[in-house]
Amino acid sequence: MIKAFLTVTLMLLSSAVFALEDESSHEHEDEKAFNVNEMIKHHISDAHEWHLWGDTHDGTTIYLPVILIDGGLKMFSSSHLYHGESKTVTDESGREFHYKVGKGSAAGYAMYHEEIYRLINGELVFEYGHPANGSNVYDLSITRNVASLFITFFLMILIMLSVARFYKKNGAVAPKGIAKFIEPLIVFVRDDIAKANIGEAKYKKYVHYLLTIFFFIWVSNLTGLIPLLGSNLTGNISVTLFLASATLLITVFSGNKSYWKHIFATPGVPVALMPIMIPIELVGILTKPFALMIRLFANITAGHIIILALVSIIFINQSAVWGFLSVPMALFISVLELLVAFLQAYLFAMLSALFIGAAVEEAHH
Amino acid sequence: MELVTPDLGLLFWTGIVFCLLLFLLVKFAWKPILGAVNAREEKITSALELAKKTQEEMKMLHAANENLLKEARSERDLMIKDAKEVASEMVDDAKGIAKVEAEKLVGAARESINAEKGAAIAELKAKMATFSIEIAEKVVRGELSSADKQKALADKLVDDINLN
Repeated sequence: MIKAFLTVTLMLLSSAVFALEDESSHEHEDEKAFNVNEMIKHHISDAHEWHLWGDTHDGTTIYLPVILIDGGLKMFSSSHLYHGESKTVTDESGREFHYKVGKGSAAGYAMYHEEIYRLINGELVFEYGHPANGSNVYDLSITRNVASLFITFFLMILIMLSVARFYKKNGAVAPKGIAKFIEPLIVFVRDDIAKANIGEAKYKKYVHYLLTIFFFIWVSNLTGLIPLLGSNLTGNISVTLFLASATLLITVFSGNKSYWKHIFATPGVPVALMPIMIPIELVGILTKPFALMIRLFANITAGHIIILALVSIIFINQSAVWGFLSVPMALFISVLELLVAFLQAYLFAMLSALFIGAAVEEAHH
Repeated sequence: MELVTPDLGLLFWTGIVFCLLLFLLVKFAWKPILGAVNAREEKITSALELAKKTQEEMKMLHAANENLLKEARSERDLMIKDAKEVASEMVDDAKGIAKVEAEKLVGAARESINAEKGAAIAELKAKMATFSIEIAEKVVRGELSSADKQKALADKLVDDINLN
């Protein structure tokens, strides 16, 4: 029974993968062969469109709004850029660059590798392999990652408010329905993350932040794993940079006397060593959240890359038979990613709590 | 590499969305949920304590009940004992009275029997005397009815005296 179910699931999955990946191979039809690098990079990077299926920019795609701040607010659909005129320039070293020139309301702008630049005299100038048109155009577009950020936002609001509504309606009773699922996690964050690392006396101030960060990362990690709906949100350095900065700011602003004393006058260290110790300790303030940022980004991006790479085996070898190898492996990694999604959310929240706990700890010597 | 270059737009939106999320969840989710969970935990703790206290009280009550029962039992035994004693006393008393009464009756009966007997004997004696006199009279009359007979009697009497 289980065997039959697994076989059917695998067949369905593999057919879905064939269908899905057919596009990616079509995507690069203009290129000579299937380019794994390009495909993976395309999938884990941000974009101004939400590509669902079909040939790139011609298949089914949701064009997301582009918002630019360039001497005022400018808004237009990204289709004006994707369907703009393709231009090719050659720089002094003879390298070719392809970019799109916006049309209609996007006139005056060009897009190169998902970056939007202002045109100078109707063209993009390349220097040392990069556009040299300046970056005084602020791109606040609703990109794919921003859109999935909104999805995470609405999902969390929907889930958490319905949990809160349950308690409002029923009072302090045993949880039922979605509350039964979410409550143990909330209690877990409160007891095993906040209380365990910050302490009974002070955890209340930080538990709300820790709950938000834990569920935000977890939900984002999970939605990122859903084909079509998902995006590599928590695997984007900008998102993890923000989350790590939030932890850094909270840590620094809740640091008490003993915390700062440990940094500027570490007890038991000779005065002569202070000129070395103080910079080290100051860097230490930054390295902790920096590690948080890199850990989350690298883990989630790596997970996406592994799954994409395993699926690519089929297209590199140009044979569906390879699906018998690649699909089970991709499935295994996908299931592993479910665990990683939780683990990374837990680690981020736990380490944040640990850093905050160290900052608010009372001196005990 | 562009993969590790933070994007200003995404950073901006992450900031806005996260702060908004934090604000909304703290206000409408975390506070009510944690409040309810804490309230329930307190309720459970107090309920457990109450159960423990009630159990102890029950134990004490049980012991008190046991004592009461014991007392009641011993009191009952005492009462039964007393009742038994009283009953046997009453029976004994009744027996004694009955005996005396019976003896009295028997005595009276005997006396009346004796009296009757005496009377009967006296009467019998009187009757016998009368009969005897009448018989003797008749006999005497028969003996003395003729001179021969008178003489024979006299002879006989003389004989008797001689023989003696």
